[in-house]
Amino acid sequence: MKQLVTLIQKDLLIEWRQKHTLFGVLLYVGATVFAVYIMNGQPEIKVWNALFWITQLFVAVNSVAKSFLQEHPNRFRYYFTIVRPSTFLLAKMIYSIVLMLGISFISLALFTIMLGNPLSQTAVFIGVTAAGSISLSAVFTFLSAIAARAQQNAALMAILGFPLVIPVLMMLQNLALSAIAPVYQEGWWLLLLVLLALSIMVIILGLILFPFLWQE
Amino acid sequence: MRSSWWKILSVVLVAYAIIGGLLLPVPARHILNETVRNLYFHVPMWFGMMLLFGYSFYYSLMYLRKQQMEYDIKAVAFLKIGVLFSCLGMVTGMEWATYTWGEAWSNDPKQLATAICMLSYFAYLILRGGIKDEEKRAKIAAVYNVFAFALMIPLLFVLPRMVDSLHPGNGGNPGFNAYDLDSRMRMVFYPAVIGWFLLGMWMSTLHARINILRYKKENTF
Repeated sequence: MKQLVTLIQKDLLIEWRQKHTLFGVLLYVGATVFAVYIMNGQPEIKVWNALFWITQLFVAVNSVAKSFLQEHPNRFRYYFTIVRPSTFLLAKMIYSIVLMLGISFISLALFTIMLGNPLSQTAVFIGVTAAGSISLSAVFTFLSAIAARAQQNAALMAILGFPLVIPVLMMLQNLALSAIAPVYQEGWWLLLLVLLALSIMVIILGLILFPFLWQE
Repeated sequence: MRSSWWKILSVVLVAYAIIGGLLLPVPARHILNETVRNLYFHVPMWFGMMLLFGYSFYYSLMYLRKQQMEYDIKAVAFLKIGVLFSCLGMVTGMEWATYTWGEAWSNDPKQLATAICMLSYFAYLILRGGIKDEEKRAKIAAVYNVFAFALMIPLLFVLPRMVDSLHPGNGGNPGFNAYDLDSRMRMVFYPAVIGWFLLGMWMSTLHARINILRYKKENTF
């Protein structure tokens, strides 16, 4: 437990000290939203929703990729000697969830400012955004571990990840739509439960499989 | 497994499915008409694909437990034939959909789910292609295979049941379901499923055996 906290602290500290990567991602979000605004102006509700989740997907790829890919391969051997693999993966997951939550809320703010504010139930939408950040960053953290072990770049992570997160995005988009449009949607809670179950399954699978990935 | 009775059985059953599937009488259904025969070719592809991916998943698990290359070779052989089956299933389905739904691609949830499933298995093959070292490739590929398979189950079994599908038997669409698939069709359908699946097994085991021999001789595959 103490190791876990220390590892998360270390990652967040590095993030804060190397501000250029953090601000790089923020600039990426800002530039994306601006590009969307230039091309489309203020879109209608459904398009707004789709654009928001596509942006979230690309932000997740760009920000979460760093969790494993930024570390030097030789450093993994050092970590291997001092912590359990499951602790290490959990630390990385929590770190990328924290990072992704922050960036998601910033991009949500930018979206409402620049592309118009269609939200009718803001609190629900924020909740869905948080759930989305958690599940997206959990999946991509594990995939960035795979990409790092294969000594590949973030492109491989995107190739591996996109098919796997499409169902997550489909569920998120449906959930979010019911937070935007004030219509009653059948099976809303079921969808939320499936999403939560999927996130928990990703984390558990990651914890089971990561030790195999880590040993040389 | 080496004995050849099931290979002969598969040839007989597939031949029966092709000849009987095209010639034996089928119930006349509104809209579907004679395209109902696609049941003998399209649906067995999906059953076969699920079983082959299941075997591949099992061998990946075994590789992670035992760390023997033989399991990795088997996992990839079953997976490749599974991908072939999924492509054939998609093509037969799209051909059929052109005549019954009016277009090859009509945003049907089951069709979308399988397309996503196919994409993730193509990604597996790309992942393998990117790693040179056999041991490392085997391990990383096995981890991804287990991860992807576990995420595909909710996709293929849960999500399509939560939404209406254009597929026969769903949401009041014309066609058959478990209750009106009549006995004449069953006579061909069940043998067809078994026959196509055995053919897939045969192809996979053959592919695996060639690669195991190659691995023993050249230490690579």
